[in-house]
Amino acid sequence: MSDEKEKIHIFDRPENVNRLLKGFYAICILLALADFVLHRHIGFDWEKIPAFYALYGFVACVLLVLIAKQMRKVLMRKEDYYDE
Amino acid sequence: MSELPPFLLYFAAALLVAVTRGLPRQLILLATPVVTGLYLWLGINPGTDVAYTLMSYELSFLRTDKLSLLFGYLFCIASFFAVIFALHVQDTKQHVAGMIYAGSALGAVFSGDLISLFIFWELLAISSVFLIWARGTERALKAGMRYLVYQVLSGVLLLAGALVYYHNTGTLAFNHIGLDAGVAGWLIFIAFGIKCAFPFLHSWLTDGYPEATVTGTVFLSAFTTKVAVYSLARGFAGEEIMIYIGVTMACFPIFYAVIENDLRRVLAYSLINQVGFMVTGIGIGTALALNGAVAHAFSDVIFKGLLFMSMGAVLYRVGNINGSDLGGLYKSMPKTTALCIIGALSISAFPLFSGFVSKSMVMTALMQENHGYFWLLMLFASAGVFHHAGIKIPYFAFFHHDSGIRTEEAPRNMLVAMGVAAALCIFIGTQPQYLYALLPWEVEYWPYDLTHVLAQTQLLFFSALAFVWLNKQGLYPPELHSVNLDAEWFYRRLLPAGAQRTLYLLRSAKESTLTTVTTHMQGMQNEFSKSPMAKYHLSESWPTGSMVFWISAILAAFLLLDLFGLGR
Repeated sequence: MSDEKEKIHIFDRPENVNRLLKGFYAICILLALADFVLHRHIGFDWEKIPAFYALYGFVACVLLVLIAKQMRKVLMRKEDYYDE
Repeated sequence: MSELPPFLLYFAAALLVAVTRGLPRQLILLATPVVTGLYLWLGINPGTDVAYTLMSYELSFLRTDKLSLLFGYLFCIASFFAVIFALHVQDTKQHVAGMIYAGSALGAVFSGDLISLFIFWELLAISSVFLIWARGTERALKAGMRYLVYQVLSGVLLLAGALVYYHNTGTLAFNHIGLDAGVAGWLIFIAFGIKCAFPFLHSWLTDGYPEATVTGTVFLSAFTTKVAVYSLARGFAGEEIMIYIGVTMACFPIFYAVIENDLRRVLAYSLINQVGFMVTGIGIGTALALNGAVAHAFSDVIFKGLLFMSMGAVLYRVGNINGSDLGGLYKSMPKTTALCIIGALSISAFPLFSGFVSKSMVMTALMQENHGYFWLLMLFASAGVFHHAGIKIPYFAFFHHDSGIRTEEAPRNMLVAMGVAAALCIFIGTQPQYLYALLPWEVEYWPYDLTHVLAQTQLLFFSALAFVWLNKQGLYPPELHSVNLDAEWFYRRLLPAGAQRTLYLLRSAKESTLTTVTTHMQGMQNEFSKSPMAKYHLSESWPTGSMVFWISAILAAFLLLDLFGLGR
């Protein structure tokens, strides 16, 4: 690595990260609201729940991560587990 | 011209690549997929069936229809970008293995009978393992061996199934087989299932692929599982059990992917998850579902190749692919970052990217066939894909906290290879009609309507929101140096431990038997020496030395007698 002062990159500035996140939240809100304006075709009954896909995506991912975290307690071993 | 099986072009190229070096070799490597692809496109019509007689048996090496041709084109495209990605590699062994491997995949999808299929099935196994061994590490050597055992086992089952099938039906033609074919059907089904990474038969994939070379994994991810998907689509379309298997495959690996540290292993798990969508489609068996399955195989090879290439480029530059040690690489590898994100958006099935136009067919087919709960599970798997492959891969490698690693952008050939794949992802995603025109079954389908686009975008954005929220709350599990137990535990830990335990038991049994016998002998000896018989000279125990001495003395006496002619 060189000693010269390194360039400041885009995500080194917290305000850029915040801007990105704010934009992202705004899109999420718009998408959820769109569900009340636009009409989706309904295949299954549960699709009738307002913002079904948004709720499902959020809940699914939170559950996924929380369950996976618990799985670590049972499944995780040291890196050289098989090499012993 | 149209009688030449395309795999021969690859095998010939493998020979040439073995004897050439430098630029000529690079040109041969690049030309082979292009020439073969053009030959398939222009020179071969669906419905060709060319057989070769070998040892009085007819091997059908070139049976073409839209299904086999689709995979033929796909394998040419995949080997094209894989070859570009590996163009800088000097190692002859890897290039030869890559060519034979890709050629065998082509051979397998154009095989019209089960024996030809078996030949290429085994060639796939043998050629591909060199891509793992070429890494040269102890781990790669062992993982390659385990991988080979699985692959060869699959071949043996296929051969056994083919022979039983021939016995029962009197034909070896490779068409729809079905599980109604009894033992033969099941043997062949399991043989396909091993290569397709069915649950509990999958660990060769997550064990072997991450240990392969930087460029080898790109080849590996393209061919083996997709040949299996093709074979299942041809032999077992509409077998309901595959819906259960496919949904399981789509769901269980995502949990592992969340906690896995090696980012190439994360991709290996997500490969199984994507193949799960294909297997489900084949299991549903309607025209739309089957088209969805093979179309998804088409897009998957390209976007999964792109993701493996981007992680390969990181491994090549940094020498490490553990999520726990990376981060902030977008600063030094911005182009790789951008290309990786295109792959991530494609695998997550964002509208306008390739995964969207193929995966939505399987989802729609599930809906049409009224599989409500499976549909919910697959929707969960879709959200999960985005979570681990779409966000985790680029986030932990290129963003996250700055790991302090400063390196160079990926080499130019790697960038070109990734560029080709990324362009195809976007092309298929925005112009799906060209892919749809190649699909084997006749059905009208168009993915871009308001419902699909809105629903998918909501699903993905809120999955991303969950990631952001979990991270902000500190609930997201950190990347840790670790190994997670999977099906391989049974043969890497339980079996060896069991064998050792058995050996230990046998050894202690032997020792106790010996002790018992010697104590008894000793006891008898003691009893004997107390008896009056023991007083006689002959009943004493003599040392062996004196016995040998007396025997030689007797022999010498005989010799002398003989020499002097006495006793005759």
